[in-house]
Order: sequence, then C-alpha cells, then structure tokens
Amino acid sequence: MKILTGNDLKSGAVVWWDGSGWSLHIDAAVDAGDDADSILARESAARRVNAAYVIDGERKDGTVRPAHIKERIRALGPTVRMDLSLKPSDPTAASWVI
Amino acid sequence: MYKYDQYDQAMVDTRVAEFRDQTRRRIDGTLSEDQFKSLRLQNGLYLQLHAYMLRVAVPYGTLSSAQMRVLGDIADKYDRGYGHFTTRQNIQYNWIKLDEAPDILADLAKVEMHAIQTSGNCIRNISSDQYAGAAADELVDPRPYAELLRQWSSFHPEFLALPRKFKIAVIASDTDRAAMRLHDIGIQIVRNAAGEIGAAFYAGGGMGRTPMIAPLINGFVPLDQLITYSEACLRVYNRYGRRDNKYKARIKILVHELGKEEYTRQVEEEFAHLLTQDIEPPLAELERIKTYFTDPAFEAGASDEVDRSDPDFALWIDRNCHAHKQAGYIIATISLKPVGGIPGDASADQMRRMADLGKQYSFDELRVTHAQNIVLPHVRKADLYTLWQQLDAAGLSTPNLDSIGDIIACPGLDYCSLANARSIPVAQKISERFAAQDKLDKIGELKLKISGCINACGHHHAGHIGILGVDRKGIENYQLSLGGCEGADTSLGTITGPGFSEDGVVDAVEKVTDLYLANKQGEERFLDTYRRIGMAPFKEALYG
Amino acid sequence: MNTQFRFRDDQAVADPTITVDNFGDQTNAAAVRLEPGDDARTLLPYLDRLKLVEVNYPAFTDGRGNSAARILREAGYTGELRAVGDVIVDQLPALRRSGFDSFAPSVPMITADAEAAFARWADVYQADAIGSVPIWKKRHG
Repeated sequence: MKILTGNDLKSGAVVWWDGSGWSLHIDAAVDAGDDADSILARESAARRVNAAYVIDGERKDGTVRPAHIKERIRALGPTVRMDLSLKPSDPTAASWVI
Repeated sequence: MYKYDQYDQAMVDTRVAEFRDQTRRRIDGTLSEDQFKSLRLQNGLYLQLHAYMLRVAVPYGTLSSAQMRVLGDIADKYDRGYGHFTTRQNIQYNWIKLDEAPDILADLAKVEMHAIQTSGNCIRNISSDQYAGAAADELVDPRPYAELLRQWSSFHPEFLALPRKFKIAVIASDTDRAAMRLHDIGIQIVRNAAGEIGAAFYAGGGMGRTPMIAPLINGFVPLDQLITYSEACLRVYNRYGRRDNKYKARIKILVHELGKEEYTRQVEEEFAHLLTQDIEPPLAELERIKTYFTDPAFEAGASDEVDRSDPDFALWIDRNCHAHKQAGYIIATISLKPVGGIPGDASADQMRRMADLGKQYSFDELRVTHAQNIVLPHVRKADLYTLWQQLDAAGLSTPNLDSIGDIIACPGLDYCSLANARSIPVAQKISERFAAQDKLDKIGELKLKISGCINACGHHHAGHIGILGVDRKGIENYQLSLGGCEGADTSLGTITGPGFSEDGVVDAVEKVTDLYLANKQGEERFLDTYRRIGMAPFKEALYG
Repeated sequence: MNTQFRFRDDQAVADPTITVDNFGDQTNAAAVRLEPGDDARTLLPYLDRLKLVEVNYPAFTDGRGNSAARILREAGYTGELRAVGDVIVDQLPALRRSGFDSFAPSVPMITADAEAAFARWADVYQADAIGSVPIWKKRHG
C-alpha cells in the first residue's frame, strides 16, 4: 500500500493520511494508491500537513507496517526512549521496528 | 566569559522578532516550506524524524550556570524534560513545536543565548578547547578569538547562502582538544620566532562522506588581520565551492580539487585586496573581549592536597580530572555517559543540578565538550570531594572519561531522518559489555565513536575505534574502523572489512580490544598498539 | 521582472542587459547581467561606463551574487546594482548590505513585509558595501 506521512505544521507531530485527514496513529493509515501525489499536493497547499511524502507499507496482523525501518521508528518513537513513544506501556513495542 | 553589551543584546532580540515574523508568515502560508526551510535552519530549527528539533548554540562550548539552568527549564517547559549535548558543543531539543519556537528563542535571548546559524549553509557555531582558560599548556585563552569570529560570522551579509555548512574551530595549544584539523577552517593561535602572537590557518578539513585533514595554508596571520584573512577564505569558498552536488559542496572538496597551493594563492590574492577595504575591527575590540576572559579570583595558596581514601572518589579523580594551570585547582569532567545510558543526554533536573554545581564550585562557569560531556573548569581541590559526592548523588559521577565507556554517538535512526541505522543501542550495548571497572582500567584510553550514517556527526572517522551504521537492504549493519585520531597527530580510521549486525559489532569491538590487550607493549594505548602492529592482526581476529 | 524597490534618485537605465560573454565584444553597452558562475572581476575595466549591473539569482540559496555585488562596489562601481530572480523578502537586508540598490524579484513581494525587512536591523556586526558603521566601530570610535 502507498502510505502518506508528514508532520503537523504547527506542532511538528508525525501524522499519517487516514483517508479524510491526518492521524497520529499509523494503524489508521489508508492506501492512497494512485492519488498519493495529488493528495499530497492538495493537503500541503492547504497547510493541513507539512513535509509529507509517500512510503510503501502493508497491512499485517491488524497493524500497518511501513516497508522501511526508518518509518517504523517514525511511527513508534525512539526505541531507546519508549517512555516517549506512542506505546510507553508495552515492553515489547520496540521489537516491532526490526 | 563574554557578556553582551547593548549591541549584542539588540542583535539577539532583533533576531527573535525576525523569526517570530517569519514563523507567522509560514503558518499563514505567505512563506512556502521551501522558502521557510532555510530561514528556520539558520535559527537551528530542523524538521526531524519525530518532530521539530531545535539546536541551541553554546558559543565555543562555554556557558554560565544561569544559562545551563535556563537550558534545563526549556527542556521542561517546551520539550520532554531532557536535552542532548552534541559533538559541536551545542544542545538539541527533540520535541519542539513550531508555534512555540519564537518563545523559546525569546527565553534564550534573556540569558544571552540563541540558536543563530546552528544549521543551514552558513558559518556555524565556532568550537574551541573545552579546557580553555584552565589548561596549563595553552599559549593564550583561545575564546576571545572565537568570540571575535562569532560576531564577524553572525548575519554576515555575503556568507548566508554558502554552498554548504561551514565549521570553524579555534585552539591555542599544541595539544588539539577540539579536533581542529577536521574543520572547514581550523585556527591555532601561535607565537612566532619574534615572539609575536598570531593565527595559523588550516583549511579544508572535515568528516562526512570524504573525510579530510585540513592542510596548513598560512602559518602566521597577524592578529590585526584575523578577520580579513577569514573573510578572504570564505569569499573564495563562496565564489568557487561546488554548487552542483550537495555531497561535494564543502570547502574540503574545493581545497582538494584546486590543490592546497592554488586555494592558498586565491585566498592570499583576495586577502591583499580586502586589506584595502577597512573591514578589520581594531585591536581594541579584541582587547575589550579579552577583558571578559581573565582568570577568575583564584584563591592564592590553595592546597594541592586531596584526600584519596575513598576509592571510588580516587578512581573518578584519576579518570575524569585534568591538571589545572593554577596550583590548588583542577578541571573536572562530568560524564554524560552512564553505563547503558544515552551518550550526551541530560535531564532537566541534571542540567539544573550541574548549573548549581557550576555556580558553587566552578566560578559560575561550565563547558560542553565535543565528546558530549560537561566540564567544570575551575574547581578548588579542597572542594573536589564534596563536588564528587553531589555528582554521585545525581548520577553524574561515572568515571569513564576518554575510556571505552565514554562513547561519542550521534542520535542515529532513533531520532534522525538522515540516518541509516540506530547508533544509541550500539553505544548502550558496548557500554554495558565493558562496564566492569577493571576492564575499563586495563584498556585505558580508547575513543570509540559511532555515527548512524555517512554524514559522520558521531565523528567515527576520528575514532580510535569507529563504527558507521549503514543500511544493507533495509537491515541495519555496522562497519568497523580502526586507527582514527583527532589530536595533533590527526588520522582517519581504516575500515576493517565486511560489516556486522548490531550484536556482531559489539562482539567485534571486544575481539579488537582483546587483541590489543594481548599485544600491548609497555604503556601503549590501543591507538599506539594499532599503529605499531597494523590492521592485519585485527582483520585476522575479526574474520578468521 | 519589474523592479519593485529602488534606492536611487537617478533615472533607471532602459538599456536591455547583455550577458558577460557578449559584453566584451560590445564597446558601448552600459547594462550587463551576471549569472552566478560569472566572474564579476571581468567587468572591472569597464566600471566607468556601466550604468546597470543585474545579478541573477536562479535560486535564493545560491549566494554567489552577494560576493559579486560586494566585489563591484569594492572596486568603485557606483551605478545601479540590481538583484533579479528568486529574491525573497528575508534576504533583503543581506542583499542591500552586499551593495544592491534595486530589486526585481520574479515573484512580487508583499510591500509591507519587504519594508519591515529593510528596516529590521538597527546595527550590524560587519563592515559592508554600503558603508554601514559596524558595531565594533561604534564601540571604539
């Protein structure tokens, strides 16, 4: 699937295109398919997202998994500070990025 | 240390107003991201893997306790309770919001701090020796020259859109504690045969993709021509540095492609012209700045005795303390590398703690080192034990300076969108593997540096042992190099061979240190043994 | 591109600019255009008759024009020095101090933003091409 990710302009928070807006949670990400570039252009121009780009990923085991480790870390948070990640209470969460 | 006059204060205040306006214009859409990007970078604001990241300048690594306290308060007020001290003596915050960034800069300006030109294609923070003003081996304190250069480089109208970033280091001792020759321009303040003080200029050093050691281009520039000569070096670079390829745009490529002689010839020609243009501040300005860098009120006749009966304290003195030029005083390094910790990180509480200790025990002054530690430069030996006890209580007493536990690591893929691999977990594992104190003692001085990508922010090329994270078909992989060195005998590390997995590279480091211990002669450091026996035995041990 | 800001009292030159390469062949051209890769010093023998030098900024991130402008002013050029192309508001103080006295951005600037930019900095740390009194001179006279 083609996943769109970017940052909220004001807060800098990492966001994922969920079909109608930008979500903080990667599991809400949808496949933008052939519309990826036009969505990016429209959403950037409206400043609803900043510095957005397209990545590959797949929906697997109930979660959306980016193809590259970099975006998996982006989705989760720094593996060395899981207390600051989106899954602070999950002791095994960091192994998901491998 | 330097104190702003009304002109300096007005400059940072104006900069805050300018950036506030630019941020407003970005948020309302007047500025596109492409236009805003170079403006925010020149105020230290990156858009990073997880959020905006702000890099605050610590000019030549010197800060007051009031400033360190504010750095801690900023971490609490605007970030997530911690900051990261970098290999260029700056501090970074990882969770900044754009609409709060102008307020952060305003808070910084109140304590004479800023984030001016800490990123972008401009002249960056000027770094220096972390023991400046305290070490016995310096000719003079290098920091007044660094301050003169800081002001010259700030908002310089000709050099705000260089081909690439530009990093300058200034030292004043033959022992190079600032990796001076691995900078775009390195300056050593020297004395000539006639006894006059001047500046030796080195140009074209750097790390990154193509590490190079800066050659000497002028052995003695008189002090009253320092700015003019610097301007000539920059103008030649601005005009002729490559702009076609981002990876070949640093001055090291220009010096390499022209050759040192031709680059020098062009600089000398421009220098001769610029000498007619009246751009040099009078020596009175340097003298004015120097008045802020006189010795603190050392106690005459302070005792050189230290009670070493506490073995943990004795170990910490031996590892982390360095001789001071003044009898009865000592230079103390606070390690930000606890075993298994994140190199260079400090919590807000730790920053405030260090601020208090700096105020109480070091004449209100602290330093940030390019090895990501903090120095208290002027500690009375009589106070050292009390200081150490307080550091110990705050988790800041790890006795590992310049040992294999004192790892330099960039933030890596955990934080940085440029990275190919994570660096911090590797540092943590190595730190834990070598945690046993007797092992650290046996190995002695060993500078291990880790970079998460070829940009080399971890300075791995200059590591006695260097580790470079790479992306091998989406899997993190680590190249090992040996024999780098950043001192007066600067050398670049040599890669051992094929890369390793994360666990594999930790094992590899242990094999390398075991081989050193088995072959060490006399008092040889790891680096000395490597230079004597060469790469072959290490290759054999690693790859069989 | 139209000149949007001009800090001169004299009449603007109407001549079309010619490139540096062609300039050498013509004996009476008074207006020339410098590209980032051109060497401004090739114009030094002709400064007396030059009335307009345009410096092109294909990208505002390419600061070679700033050196070109300063070199011309240092050599005594007193004619119009115009920054054209991808010139954005936030560069205006640096361009002005590099010696530019007119600006023809390819995308017109918001006048209020540009005026604010020109007026932003009361003082400067360095000597420059427009004779600003640097802070070090104010400190020591």
